[in-house]
Amino acid sequence: MCLAIPARITAVHDNHMATIDLAGVEREVSIELVDAGVGDYVIVHVGIAIATLDEEEAKKTLAMFDELAELQSENQSEGPA
Amino acid sequence: MKFIDEYRDSATIRSLLAQIGSEAESGRTYRLMEFCGGHTHAFYRYGLLPLLPLNVEMVHGPGCPVCVLPISRIDAAVALAAKEGVIFCSYGDMLRVPGSDGKSLLKAKAEGADVRMIYSPLDAVRLAVENPEAEVIFFAVGFETTAPATALALKQAAAQQIKNFFIFCNHVLTPPAMRAILDYEDGEQACSIDGIIGPGHVSAIIGSSAYRFVADEHHIPLVISGFEPVDLLTAVLMLVRQINAGQAVIENRYRRAVKDEGSPQAIRLMDELFELRGSFEWRGFGMLADSAQKLSAGYAAFDAELKFDVSYEDAVDHKACRCAEVLRGQIQPEACSVFAKLCTPENPLGACMVSSEGACAAAYSYGGGRS
Amino acid sequence: MRRKLDMEHGFVDLSFGAGGVASAQLTREIFAPEFSNPILDRMEDGAVIDMPAGRLVVSTDSHVISPIFFPGGDIGSLAIHGSVNDVSMMGAEPMHMSVGFIIEEGVPFSTLKRIAVSMGRAAREAGVSIVAADTKVVKKGEADQVYITSTCFGVVADDVAIGADRARQGDRVLISGQVGDHGAAVLACREELSMKSDLQSDSQSVSDLVAAMLASGVDIHCMRDPTRGGVATSLNELATTSAVGIEINEAAIPVNEGVRAVSELLGLDPLYFACEGRLIAICAAEDADTLLACMQHHPKGEAAAIIGEVTGNGDIPLILRSAFGGSRVVSVLTGDQMPRIC
Repeated sequence: MCLAIPARITAVHDNHMATIDLAGVEREVSIELVDAGVGDYVIVHVGIAIATLDEEEAKKTLAMFDELAELQSENQSEGPA
Repeated sequence: MKFIDEYRDSATIRSLLAQIGSEAESGRTYRLMEFCGGHTHAFYRYGLLPLLPLNVEMVHGPGCPVCVLPISRIDAAVALAAKEGVIFCSYGDMLRVPGSDGKSLLKAKAEGADVRMIYSPLDAVRLAVENPEAEVIFFAVGFETTAPATALALKQAAAQQIKNFFIFCNHVLTPPAMRAILDYEDGEQACSIDGIIGPGHVSAIIGSSAYRFVADEHHIPLVISGFEPVDLLTAVLMLVRQINAGQAVIENRYRRAVKDEGSPQAIRLMDELFELRGSFEWRGFGMLADSAQKLSAGYAAFDAELKFDVSYEDAVDHKACRCAEVLRGQIQPEACSVFAKLCTPENPLGACMVSSEGACAAAYSYGGGRS
Repeated sequence: MRRKLDMEHGFVDLSFGAGGVASAQLTREIFAPEFSNPILDRMEDGAVIDMPAGRLVVSTDSHVISPIFFPGGDIGSLAIHGSVNDVSMMGAEPMHMSVGFIIEEGVPFSTLKRIAVSMGRAAREAGVSIVAADTKVVKKGEADQVYITSTCFGVVADDVAIGADRARQGDRVLISGQVGDHGAAVLACREELSMKSDLQSDSQSVSDLVAAMLASGVDIHCMRDPTRGGVATSLNELATTSAVGIEINEAAIPVNEGVRAVSELLGLDPLYFACEGRLIAICAAEDADTLLACMQHHPKGEAAAIIGEVTGNGDIPLILRSAFGGSRVVSVLTGDQMPRIC
């Protein structure tokens, strides 16, 4: 559960704090629990980054959907057997 | 917004719905539980429930940390807030939850208690520094997603040797609750779940192996999901597939945020600052062993339960309230006779209607909430 | 003769609320110069106004916003805009305003002056005269700096019939611009949420936009400014009063990306954020394109859009359809939107 949102780190400060940016809205969050730097996306929950977003995995997931869509349109164009 | 919009893409959603429709076998029902309250909320918010095939039913789980807190602990929170010289800090969600006689933190605030809504436990630490003459108590509520934040705040307070910061710890754990649901299954009033959608951000902390017992001991598949419509529908599809194939495997479908080993840093931090309570009372499940956390002995100085005279009076839910059954997935919110009638977000009889991750609140606010 | 107020360093004390020479001084030196108009300048006990033809429209609001200065406005301009807009929503031309201030002991004169300047500017831009004003001072702690009550008087022509009960099946629902700017901007600058953004309130008078819409000749059925409770609450109210249902399309609703970000970060919904410079209009389907074009042609309606339509289904006042076909009920706001954790 838990409202947590992916946001981009735009600056890293002392004390494991960082500035995250989401469409121009900034907040200071703790990055003590993640290995992340400027430009990385982190999942932020109640002021803490709890995970770094894995862009490779995200790409793989999205690629899967492209495949799915292709498969469906092939099935449709083939029509009933 | 990156990593959000792509997972709300209409074409992908329609594609997944079509695929679920073609793979769900007619003549077969699929009862899937989304454990996490955030997932329940997302299903309702995106209007996904009516779009699923009729034989795929979502059963709402107890993953709402606000909802599973028993009244006695709400009452204790209200009593702490009312103490002279206390600044009581809480997440917004908790402020309207009714304790005994409908007394909530918000009502206590109206009666003069210094109750502050905060967004992060780090804010509570800051308040303690800024108000040295007050005793700042943080109402720590949440599953494993939220507990690391409390731990960080505690660590900070200890490092800065803050003397006026305390935590009223009500952190609860997911695997014991999942066990309780599945064990309930084997009893008389079984709710017969065929598959579970595993929590997304809890899993980012505890990893996927924490759920192994679901597959190994109960032969039920579990798919970890994110919170966007595409994530949820992917999980539904994967569960349907596993069920069709007679499989029971733990699948991680939120790999962009969840590593199979979870977050070792967060786990280490919690191990250091928290320890297990022998047992803890859960609305809907009674006492569950090893299911909740308290501050470890080394941090006793920050424990509100030790510092203040916190007593727990036995308290019962409102007699018409069926939150317990909703939390166990035995009834849908609409089946409760007071749903949307006597019990509404403005006048909640139980927490499920007032927490925005509560199944009743989601059902009421987004759909199906009209009598 | 009393010394002039020290605008730079001085502050309000209880003597200014006593109704005597001191309170008159507050009005005379701080507020009146900024509100100046022939009626107010007479400084009578009551403002005498020549009644124009037509029906009188009156609206009152009390403003207790915190913080009193926020990006894009302040409690003063908000008070002017709010009441002017309410009167405009009836298709009336706003003309005069009356304002009352409750001021906490200790508030600097410079703060009040800043508010007064802002109100004067807002009133002139909206074409209204502030003809009556009153100040009271209360003890420290009995008010949060300043509260303002504002009343606006306007006149509506006899042939204008805009009302919350006039929405009919098939009508279209329009919004004059992006949704939720004010609510998001104020939330984002609330200290306890520790956010930083460039978001600005949309606080402005829309009476000129309304005048242009009326001049288009379209028979406008309903209008509402979606303030407290946002677009969701206003549409619920209109639907309920007219005993109809309204369906809006998520993809059609204009929302600023930054407002979306605030709502995502806090787990809130822009449909519930207050707008202080927007209007909702409902008209017949065949008039919708004309009305939309008229609104888009006006600087305060450039981002106007048709966002939905009125259905006959009065059971559920407001439904939101997503782009992929999902739908959900949008209820009236319960209490204050509070950030979720979880």
